[in-house]
Amino acid sequence: MATTVQPVEQQNYLNSNYGIKSWLLTTDHKRIGLLYLMSITLFFFLGGFFAMLIRLELLTPASDLMQSDNYNKVFTMHGIIMVFLFLIPSIPAVLGNFLVPLMVGAKDLAFPKINLASWYLFMLGGVVALYGMVTGGVDTGWTFYTPFSTTYSNTNVVTVAIGVFITGFSSIFTGLNIMVTVHRMRAPGMTWGRLPLFIWSHYATSVIMVLGTPVIAITLLLVALERLFHIGIFNSQLGGDPLLFQHLFWFYSHPAVYIMILPSMAVISEIVACYSRKRIFGYNFVALASVAIAVFGFLVWAHHMFVAGISVYAAMIFSLLSFLVAIPSAVKVFNWTATLYKGSVHFDTPMLYAFGFIGLFTIGGLTGLFLASIGIDVHVHDTYFVVAHFHYIMVGGAVMGYLGGLHFWWPKISGRLYPEGWAKLSALLIFVGFNVTFFPQFLLGYLGMPRRYAAYPEEFQVLNVLSTAGASILAVGYVLPMIYFVWSLRYGKIAGPNPWNAAGLEWRTSSPPPTYNFEETPIVTWEAYNYDEISEEKGVEVAG
Amino acid sequence: MWPNLPLFPERASTLAGRVDALYFFLIAVALFFTTLIAVLILVFSIRYRKQRQLKAKQIEGSLALELTWTLIPLSIAMVMFVWGSAVFFYQARPPRGAMEIYAIGKQWMWKFQHVEGQREINELHIPVGRDVKMIMTSQDVIHSFFVPAFRVKADVLPSRYTSTWFRATTPGTYHLFCAEYCGTQHSGMIGRIVVMEPSAYEAWLGGGGTEGSLSATGQKLFQELGCATCHRSDTQGRGPNLVGAFGKPVILEDGRTVVADETYVRESILNPGAKVVSGFKPIMPTFEGQVSEEGLVSLVAYIKSLSQTQQGTQKQNEPAAPVPAGK
Ligand code: HEM
Ligand SMILES: [Cu+2]
Repeated sequence: MATTVQPVEQQNYLNSNYGIKSWLLTTDHKRIGLLYLMSITLFFFLGGFFAMLIRLELLTPASDLMQSDNYNKVFTMHGIIMVFLFLIPSIPAVLGNFLVPLMVGAKDLAFPKINLASWYLFMLGGVVALYGMVTGGVDTGWTFYTPFSTTYSNTNVVTVAIGVFITGFSSIFTGLNIMVTVHRMRAPGMTWGRLPLFIWSHYATSVIMVLGTPVIAITLLLVALERLFHIGIFNSQLGGDPLLFQHLFWFYSHPAVYIMILPSMAVISEIVACYSRKRIFGYNFVALASVAIAVFGFLVWAHHMFVAGISVYAAMIFSLLSFLVAIPSAVKVFNWTATLYKGSVHFDTPMLYAFGFIGLFTIGGLTGLFLASIGIDVHVHDTYFVVAHFHYIMVGGAVMGYLGGLHFWWPKISGRLYPEGWAKLSALLIFVGFNVTFFPQFLLGYLGMPRRYAAYPEEFQVLNVLSTAGASILAVGYVLPMIYFVWSLRYGKIAGPNPWNAAGLEWRTSSPPPTYNFEETPIVTWEAYNYDEISEEKGVEVAG
Repeated sequence: MWPNLPLFPERASTLAGRVDALYFFLIAVALFFTTLIAVLILVFSIRYRKQRQLKAKQIEGSLALELTWTLIPLSIAMVMFVWGSAVFFYQARPPRGAMEIYAIGKQWMWKFQHVEGQREINELHIPVGRDVKMIMTSQDVIHSFFVPAFRVKADVLPSRYTSTWFRATTPGTYHLFCAEYCGTQHSGMIGRIVVMEPSAYEAWLGGGGTEGSLSATGQKLFQELGCATCHRSDTQGRGPNLVGAFGKPVILEDGRTVVADETYVRESILNPGAKVVSGFKPIMPTFEGQVSEEGLVSLVAYIKSLSQTQQGTQKQNEPAAPVPAGK
C-alpha cells in the first residue's frame, strides 16, 4: 500500500476547475454538496433571525415589539424556513451528497445531472418562497391549516405554498439518487452488511423522501387551487372537510420529522464509533432500527390530531402506534451508550456534539411519550410543551447531529482543521444555551401557555425571559462555527487524509478528495468500523 | 419585580388530578431514563477515556441485551398507553345528564349560550360541582377550547359540532384560551371561566334580562322561518316529524343510517339535500344565509327539547298536541 501524504497543491475537487461557471454547472456531488451547504447556511441564519425576533417579542407579556399580524408572519417564516429550507435538506443534501459516494466507494451519485437539477429546484423553491414572504408574507403557520389558509388568510399563501411545492421535488430527487447509488454503485466487496450505519440511515431517509414528499406536494397544490378557484376540498362551507387537510399534511409531515432525525442518527453512529475506536454495539440492530423507524413513521400521523375531532378509537390506535415507533429510537440510544463500554474514548469536538445529541434527543424522545399518552396530550397539545418537545428533537437532535457531522468531516471537505478550542467552546455554548432556551418551555406548556401567541398573561413572563436569555447564548454558539470554519479555510492546519484515524472508505482518499473520489476503485475486504485494525498512531494510509 | 412564578397549573376539575397523576408517572420514568443514560455516558467515557484505555476492546453486540432494552421500554410504554387511554376515555365521554352549554368560536371571540337563555361573550359562568357539557362550533376557522386549570381541550370546527365536558371543583376564575392558531388576533382570543357556588350561579342566571330560554328562542325561529309548515307534529307533514327524533338513528334515502345529532340537524338546515330521510322528497330549501350560527344553536336546542320533554309523556306514534305547529 501507499506512500507518503501528498502535498496539498495536488489536484482535488476544489481546485480542479476555477470560476463561477465551473461551480454552477458542476455535476460533482461534492461541489453540489457545498452549494447546498452555502445555501442552507444562509437559510439557517435567516430562520435564526426570525427566531430571535420571536424571542424578543415574547420578552414581555404585551405584544409591543410587533403587531400580532407581523408576529404571525414572523413565526410562520421561521417555521417554513427552518423546516423546508434548512432541516429537511440539511444532512441528506449536504453531508449525504458529499459522503454517500465516498462511503460506498463510488465515483459519484447515480445521476449527477439530476443531482445538480435538485439544487436548482431547491434554490428556485427557496427564492419563490422568500419572494412570497417579502411581498406580503404568510401568516398561516408552517402547517398551513385549512380553512384558515384556503379562505381566511389575506396573505401570500399561494406563492409560498408553490415555493415549498418546488423544493419538494428537490427532496424527491435527492432521495432517489441516494437510493439508486446505494443499490447499484457500491464498490466491490461493500456488501449490505459492511455498509456504514450512515448509509443505512440515509437509505431509510431516502425511502421516506421518495414516498412521502409527493403527498405534501399535492396537498399544498390543493391548498393553492382551493384558494384560487374555491373548489371545496378542505372548506366545509363548500362541502369539503378541514380535517382531510390535517390527515394529508401529517401523513407527510410526521415522517418528515424522521427525514430530519434519521440522518442525524447516521452522523452520531459514525462519530461514536470513531471516537470510542469501536464498532457500534449491535450493528445489525441499529441498522434495522433505522428501517423500522422509516416504516412505522408512516403509521402515526394522526397523533397530531387527538383533539381535532377524530374518533376515540382512532385516537387510541394512533396512540399505540406512536408508542411502538419510540422503541427503535430507544434501542439506538442504548446501543450508542453501550458502544462506549470498554472503548477508548476521545473527547474531540464531534464527540462532544454527539454527547449533546444523545442527551437532548433522549429528553426530546421521552417527552414525546407524554404526547403519545392521549390523556396528557389533550392538555399539552398546541402549547409550549409541544414547542419544547419538537425543538429538543429538531434542534437539539437534528441540528446537533448536523453540526457534529460538519466538524467531523470538515477536514475531508476543506482539507483543513478547525481550531479545536473554539470548537469545543461552541459545542458547550450550544448545549447550555439550548437547555436554557427550551427547558422552561416545557413548564410553560404544562402551565397552559398556547403556542403562536404574540401576547400572553403576566404569570408566564419569568419563564419566557429565561427562554429569551437562553436564546441569546444559543445564537452566539451558532455564530462561532461560522466564523472559525471560514477562518480555517485559510489559516487552518493542513488536515491530511485521515486526521481522526477514522475507519470509513471516505478517509482512504486524500483531503479534499480528487474529483473522481478515488484514484482506483477500492476493493473492500473488511467490515465497517474495523477499528481494531487501525493503529492508534498512524491510521490507515492513503490509497496510492 | 416579577408578579409571580408559577411552575404548575391550578387544578380545578375532576379531570385535572387524573391527568396530573399520569404526568407525574411519566416524569418519573423520564427522569429515570435520562439519568440512567447520562450516568452511563459519564461513567463509561471517563472510565474508558483514551488516557486510561489505550486500546478499545471490540464487542460485537449481545442479543440478550438488545432484547432487554427492547422489551423493558416496550412494557413501560404499554403501561403509559393503557393509563393514557383510560384518562382519555374519562375525558372523552360526557356523563349523562350533564348540563349543556353552547359555544361558538369566531375570529376572535368566544360566544356562549346557556339553555336558560343567558348569552355571554368571552366569559363563561358555570356552577361548581356539576357536569358541564360544551357543545361547540365555529363560525369561520378552526379554534380550540382550552381551559388549562381543567386540563380540557377540544378543537372547534366549522360546520360541525364537537363537544367536551368537565366538572369544576373549585370556585374561582380561570383562563380560557384559544389553542388552535386562528389568525391575526389568535392570542387575543382569551376568555374567563367563572366557577361559582351553585346558589351564586342561580342568582347570576336570574339576574339581567333575557329573552327566555334557548329552546324558546329556537321555537320562535322555527315558526318564523316556516319550518313548522312542513315539519308538522302529525304524520301529514311533507317533512319528517321532529318530535322525539333527536339522538335517534335516521334511515336515509340512500340506505345509510345516521344518528340525528347536533351536526346532522345543523347540516339538514343548511344543506338539506345532503342527507335526505327515507320516504321524503328532497324538497326542503336551504336556510344557508338566513340563520345565524346562534340561531342554528337555538334551533338545535329546540329540536333537542322536543325529544327530552316529550319522550317521557308520549308514545312514539301519538304525537304531541300542536307543539310545533300550533302555539
Ligand atoms: C435560537 C434558536 C430558536 C428559538 C429561540 C426558537 C424559537 C421558537 C419559538 C418561540 C417558536 C414558537 C412560535 C409560536 O408557536 O408562536 C418556534 C417555532 C418553531 N421553530 Fe424555532 N426557535 C429556534 C430555533 C429553531 C431552529 C434551529 C429550528 C429548526 C431547525 C426551529 C424550528 C421551529 C419550527 C418548525 C417552529 C414551528 C413554527 C410554527 O409553530 O409555525 N427553531 N421557534
Ligand atoms: Cu381561535
